[in-house]
Amino acid sequence: MSELLTKTALQLADMMAAGEITSVELTRASLDRIKAHNPTINAFLHVDEEGALATAREVDEKRAAGENLGRLAGIPIAIKDNLVIRGMPTTCGSKMLEGWLPPYDATVITKIKNAGMPIVGKTNMDEFAMGSSTEFSAYGSTKNPWDTERIPGGSGGGSAAAVSAFMVPLALGSDTGGSIRQPGSVTGTVGVKPTYGAVSRYGLIAMASSLDQVGPVARTVADAAALQEVISGHDELDSTSLDVEVPAFEDIVAQVGADRVKGLKIGIVEQLSADGFEPGVEAEFEATVKRLEDAGAEVVNVSLPSFEYALSAYYLIMPAEVSSNMARFDGMRFGLRAEPETGPVTAERVMAESRGQGFGAEVKRRIILGTHVLSSGNYDAYYGAAQKVRTLVQRDLDEAFSKVDVLVTPTAPTTAFKFGEKIDDPMAMYLNDLATIPANLAGTPGLSVPCGLSEGMPVGFQILAPAYRDDLMYEVAAAVEASAGEIAGSCPAKEWENN
Amino acid sequence: MSSFSTDEVARMASLARIALSKEEIERFAGELAAVADAVARVSEVATPEVPATSHPIPLTNVMREDEVVETLDREEFLAQAPASEDGRFLVPQILGEEA
Repeated sequence: MSELLTKTALQLADMMAAGEITSVELTRASLDRIKAHNPTINAFLHVDEEGALATAREVDEKRAAGENLGRLAGIPIAIKDNLVIRGMPTTCGSKMLEGWLPPYDATVITKIKNAGMPIVGKTNMDEFAMGSSTEFSAYGSTKNPWDTERIPGGSGGGSAAAVSAFMVPLALGSDTGGSIRQPGSVTGTVGVKPTYGAVSRYGLIAMASSLDQVGPVARTVADAAALQEVISGHDELDSTSLDVEVPAFEDIVAQVGADRVKGLKIGIVEQLSADGFEPGVEAEFEATVKRLEDAGAEVVNVSLPSFEYALSAYYLIMPAEVSSNMARFDGMRFGLRAEPETGPVTAERVMAESRGQGFGAEVKRRIILGTHVLSSGNYDAYYGAAQKVRTLVQRDLDEAFSKVDVLVTPTAPTTAFKFGEKIDDPMAMYLNDLATIPANLAGTPGLSVPCGLSEGMPVGFQILAPAYRDDLMYEVAAAVEASAGEIAGSCPAKEWENN
Repeated sequence: MSSFSTDEVARMASLARIALSKEEIERFAGELAAVADAVARVSEVATPEVPATSHPIPLTNVMREDEVVETLDREEFLAQAPASEDGRFLVPQILGEEA
């Protein structure tokens, strides 16, 4: 493998600025790596060699001409397949959208293009972002680069695997209940769910609109911070977009010194620190907390009783919004159209047949559940009740953040499990998102940073900060990263040759 | 909610306009019951004095000036449709079987 690919995005950006390497050279290395290993890992559903190299050449020319370029100009990036790019196949991991070419760019894509970042391709995901293992992709699961018999997490398993296998330094994902953080946790990468509204959702194919958030995937906290800076900002095309100033995340991370955590109050969530967590995960989590304590942080136990109900509330709100959002896939304006084999060919029957053939099991399961939740007579008792839990989660978090600066938990209850282990047990699969879901319900930011290894597999450490305080979350994550040592860089994929 | 019968799954599938096979209906009924039992917990804490929150940030209506802006290209969009004719989407018969 090219030595370049083991470097961080910011190191590469510095090298490029100093004229030591070109974007074409780096992009070529990335594309070669993808070509060599994607057949095994299945992280990419589509690779755009021509487009990526064209962007790289353009950036190199501009740089040679002395133009002032963005911080990450020339750095290749992979995009989760639920973000639309004009003219590039977008499937959402579904047969429903096979062959579809979006007629516009998502706002984050416009920002990535304006930043001069070559887009190498679209990454694999659970169908329409529904799943925790990428096993629900219609195009086969992605393999975990740490151990190819294990899942890479979901739904952003493709983005996480692409980054952890050194195919690209950066990727974008989307997080509805933990789909950036949980794959980050099981692949030893940094996964971030920004504050709801901090990053535009325009052009993100919606799963559950009040929970979805686009965010960065990287191998280091500083790289993630730099990428969040690029994709953040107000967007008038998204009515839920926040109109607040974007902090200089990269500078904030760069300034984190050894004494950053001194005096910082760190809350351990009682409800998410013992039961249900694998012993190895618990041990790494506790060791990390101990290191923060040794560095001068004050560790406080915090009880958030509503967290016990968060998962249940999520599994009412999410499918309700899913059933509503998925209604647009009707076989009329885009995507698959299938006709019934017998009987009259009416719009209604074509719709049912198209959806029956186009959607996979998990998508159907969630639409059915969501339809039930929202149906007459159930709405108040199910959906309304779940929205009340959302209030309780927000209240609990507000109270907790009046006592501590950040909250910490293990990101996922286990390390990467083996393929097939949970696929037939929806509840076991859903429990994987136990620790990540509260942040989606409350709209607060969350980040997973690798903190250690358990039996050779990475363990993620989650940091939760108050809304709008993504900067604080990055600072603590940088301190955790510094204390844990280089984990992403020790992925066995580093030893794979390109031939 | 714990009683998720095959009849109920079939009814929901019909409301949601998804053609399901018999096997799918049976499988979902079993699997959904397990989820349903878990979500029943929510009602334990959703007391009348707790207001519901529908969205993580307070939403305000967003307005823009009423002015002509660039829109998506019609030809480009229609090229992605399953069928189109004369610059419009071509869809199957919309009225019912008896029409």
